[in-house]
Amino acid sequence: MQDIQEIKNEIAQDRRAFIKKVMGGAVAGSLLMVIPATATEIAEQIPGMRAEKTVFTKKRFAFIVDVTRCIGCGSCCVADRNEYDVPDGVYRTWVERYIIDDQDNVFVDSPNGGTDGYTEPRTDIPNPVRDTFFVPKLCNMCEKPSCVQVCPVGATYKTEDGFVLIDPKRCVGCGYCVQACPYSVRYFNKNHTADKCTWCYHRVRQGMLPACVNVCPVQARKFGDILDKSSEVYKILHEPHVISVLKPGMGNKPSLHYVGLRREVV
Amino acid sequence: MISVMSAVAVHGESLAQATNFIFPNDLHVHWSLMIVLYPYITGIVAGAFIVSSLYHVFHVEDLKPIARFSLLFALAFLICATWPLLNHLGHPERAMSMMLTPNPTSAMAGFGYIYSAYMVVLVMEILFIYRPTMVALKEQSSGLVKTLYGLLTFGSDNVSKKAMTLDHKIISFLAAIGIPMACVLHGYVGFIFGGVKANPLWATPLMPLIFLLSACVSGIAGIILAYVMIKKFTGKKIDVACVRTCIKFLWGFFILDFVFEMLEVFTHFYMSTHHWHTLEALLWGPLATSYWFMQVKIFSVIPFFILMFLSLVKVRDKVLLFFAPIVSFMILCQVLLMRWNVVIGGQLMSKSERGATTFHPQWFEKEGILASIIIMVAPVVILWIFGKLLPFWNDEKQTS
Repeated sequence: MQDIQEIKNEIAQDRRAFIKKVMGGAVAGSLLMVIPATATEIAEQIPGMRAEKTVFTKKRFAFIVDVTRCIGCGSCCVADRNEYDVPDGVYRTWVERYIIDDQDNVFVDSPNGGTDGYTEPRTDIPNPVRDTFFVPKLCNMCEKPSCVQVCPVGATYKTEDGFVLIDPKRCVGCGYCVQACPYSVRYFNKNHTADKCTWCYHRVRQGMLPACVNVCPVQARKFGDILDKSSEVYKILHEPHVISVLKPGMGNKPSLHYVGLRREVV
Repeated sequence: MISVMSAVAVHGESLAQATNFIFPNDLHVHWSLMIVLYPYITGIVAGAFIVSSLYHVFHVEDLKPIARFSLLFALAFLICATWPLLNHLGHPERAMSMMLTPNPTSAMAGFGYIYSAYMVVLVMEILFIYRPTMVALKEQSSGLVKTLYGLLTFGSDNVSKKAMTLDHKIISFLAAIGIPMACVLHGYVGFIFGGVKANPLWATPLMPLIFLLSACVSGIAGIILAYVMIKKFTGKKIDVACVRTCIKFLWGFFILDFVFEMLEVFTHFYMSTHHWHTLEALLWGPLATSYWFMQVKIFSVIPFFILMFLSLVKVRDKVLLFFAPIVSFMILCQVLLMRWNVVIGGQLMSKSERGATTFHPQWFEKEGILASIIIMVAPVVILWIFGKLLPFWNDEKQTS
């Protein structure tokens, strides 16, 4: 009790010095926020990407969505919108909610692309529900992409390592690729050129996972090099699973694979 | 009983509403009115050229009075064919890359070449056909107009019999290669749509054929309407035999066009695959009015019977000249509706195969109704300017 009283007395004696110290700390702290600090090295998320001998084009990337894991939280969509300047009303990635009733009717919705998460159940289903699940959608990075085929000026192209990308400086904005994509992943951005999901090519080249994969809390989205036998995607694609692609009848041969995909999903 | 039925109907409707789902990116219709006009205008070009070729290559003598006019008519529309495209492009300043650095696998990349080649053939044919007329006009004019005629006649005043025989050979050659080119031009426009496998309404090998036939129909109808209206307004005599022959050709082409359009739908209906269920939802859903009521019932069936009547019954000249422009106008509407239903209709269906979006063109937006009207009026203005330089009708050549 006496000790506390002593400390109080000391503060009372040198109140001015105390305030000085607090103020100094505050100013120094603020300066740290203003002066750019040296870039913090983000840990390599895709093994071997930053090795000097790495030949990027010798890798083969795969994206796998595990439908059985997705909880429809919408984190991936939020991460995507943070990563890119996407106009309102269009989506680089979105999450669909599937509900199947006991009469085989299929009910699908994706309000705001699922960005806000599915927090409320649907109330307009007339029959008892048999099953329900979420399906995240993004660019399928087709082996035979319709968009590349139809682009009149070659602005959409396929890289050696299987990415389908768009050169915004060449795109004439005709919209033929938007029409041709069977998966409706394309839209027009604010610069009047076609745009779509790139599997975060800019991040991948730096050894980082795509933004949506990075944030998924349940690992429903997986990304990696399928030539790397220790990668998770290699293991999934080489072990018995129910694995499928969207609209196989289109003949586009998507690289985006789904684990546990149902026939009802279009 | 009725209440039970209506309850079932209400239930069905709410079920349909609940199962309706369109992909988030399919809400917006990207190919707007401009892309409706593009095949419409190129179709009119191709059709008008066919009319001219019927005289120049197939020697249908009745069509002589409009043979030259159809070429100018085609050129006026051809000049404007790229306007809707340029207005639609997000970056029109890069349009030339389609010709400079084309992607060979793109169905669209060929348009620039086909369009340009066709333009060259059409302009050459017009210049050769009009050469003797322009030589005569050049002598009567002076100043800038004289220089212009001099340029358009390639500086040659030679209208001797020998020169005219050579001209005639060149014209026949140009008209002959012009026919396949006109067919390629519009068949190709059909292919641009027919080759989009992701769209169930477009993806049919019949698409180029239907586009080509409707092109012929719209071109002939456009020529009849323009011919009769211009003659009526200028108070000049109409060549009734010419109109009669045109109507017969219009009916002939329209039979093929309409039958193929219906056969395409009927075949899908008969097969009743998943593909049909998607189409059914569209044709009886958002397109019920513009397709079944407008395009098929009003503007196909009625003109079909009027054309049949005009072709099979020897009606009086007055009756013919009364109905010919009306039925031609209706056919022009039919083709425009067909373009609308194909281009817009195809985009209303979401690729989710579970629902449809809506499209309401605005008056004053960049690709809106006003812009469309301006683009459709432009060829008429251009045609009027052509008329100041080159007489439309063969009979006026002598009077000049």
